[in-house]
Amino acid sequence: MAKITFVTFDGVRFDTDAENGSTVMENAIRNAVPGIDAECGGACACATCHVYIDDAWKDVTGEPEAMEEDMLDFAYDVRPSSRLSCQIRVSDELDGLVVHVPERQA
Amino acid sequence: MSEMTKTDVVIIGAGPVGLFAVFELGLYDLKCHLIDILDRPGGQCAELYPEKPIYDIPAWPEISGQGLTDKLMEQIKPFAPQFHFNRMVTRLERQPDGQFHVETDEGEIFETKVVVIAAGGGSFQPKRPPVPGIEAFEGKSVFYSVRRMEEFRDEDLLIVGGGDSALDWALNLQPIARSLTVVHRRAEFRAAPDSVKKMFELVESGSVRFELGQISGLKGEDGQLSSATIKAAEGETEIPVTRLLPFFGLTMKLGPIADWGLNLHENLVPVNVETFETSEPGIFAIGDINWYPGKLKLILSGFHEAALMTQAAKRIVSPGERVVFQYTTSSTSLQKKLGVHS
Repeated sequence: MAKITFVTFDGVRFDTDAENGSTVMENAIRNAVPGIDAECGGACACATCHVYIDDAWKDVTGEPEAMEEDMLDFAYDVRPSSRLSCQIRVSDELDGLVVHVPERQA
Repeated sequence: MSEMTKTDVVIIGAGPVGLFAVFELGLYDLKCHLIDILDRPGGQCAELYPEKPIYDIPAWPEISGQGLTDKLMEQIKPFAPQFHFNRMVTRLERQPDGQFHVETDEGEIFETKVVVIAAGGGSFQPKRPPVPGIEAFEGKSVFYSVRRMEEFRDEDLLIVGGGDSALDWALNLQPIARSLTVVHRRAEFRAAPDSVKKMFELVESGSVRFELGQISGLKGEDGQLSSATIKAAEGETEIPVTRLLPFFGLTMKLGPIADWGLNLHENLVPVNVETFETSEPGIFAIGDINWYPGKLKLILSGFHEAALMTQAAKRIVSPGERVVFQYTTSSTSLQKKLGVHS
């Protein structure tokens, strides 16, 4: 289990309890976090679950793999902290993770 | 005046559910024309996840998006559906005689007795990059596709993106443009390695300028661009630009469906679950685009909806005729239609 906090574009915080092995995206959807669309349902095929990883957590979540980088080309307002939340697996290490939801997904 | 095509059914959307509707309607002798904004059949299966496995198609423990599309195309072949790709349906109007006119952005008109909306998440449309004020230049100096190459002759062209569309057009337009700059946010490209190699040869020879970064601002007047700002790790640079081609992939938008006078429920089309008819008689909606209590956006739900819709569509196309329910396994008449009766 890990506590994951989503912060929306207008600053609203959503604290969620995420199960190990689930994806960060799935927890956003389960908790109805606004601003995460996840059109393709987690296939790394649409870039509509784009988030910014909080600076303090970038080393823990690591870098996107090649396929995710390719999809990030299609995301809106990509920054160095950008990730697709369907490609981040929850583990004990991520307990306390904070991610920021962009202004829009497309 | 453009020519008018007469048909029994126009299906809007050639995704898996639109394709299977051809099969169900075909068993009842209804002829179909399908219109899709993409350049090939399959909808989201072909555009979003052609290589990715789907695990919940009955009797297919695992099949890819493209594999499912190919199998459906094979299954509907006996019914000779007519496809119209790269077109968006812009207008849908009921005529005094009760039939419909369906009009595309290419100016074609279809006269049909029944319309089936199988448009999934809506039509795929180009994504707009996050640049303030870009809307004012669209259609005049910012384009999301190339319809006429002459539009770019002797212009200062900026192409943004790292896929095949971006690089193919960079290579094709470089000889006629006055100058060409390619901007991509990273050094790796998704495009075919050969195109990437060719582009960097042009960069070497000074014919193309390549900038690592993203566009952050546009300047110009009355829709005519004059410059663009490129934001890179080391700061911002402004370059003269008169034409911009951004290639950021596609997103799904409901589009003109919202203007057809149908009742909507959060951008979905509510239907009667007995017939899958919308609030307008003769217009049906099946697959991800429709809504009813308990709706699940699954391909298999869309297949079921196509079968039930067909029963009601047949009654509209052939009023007064008895609609006989038969099985493909035992009915010789259905087997003749499928071309399998010996």
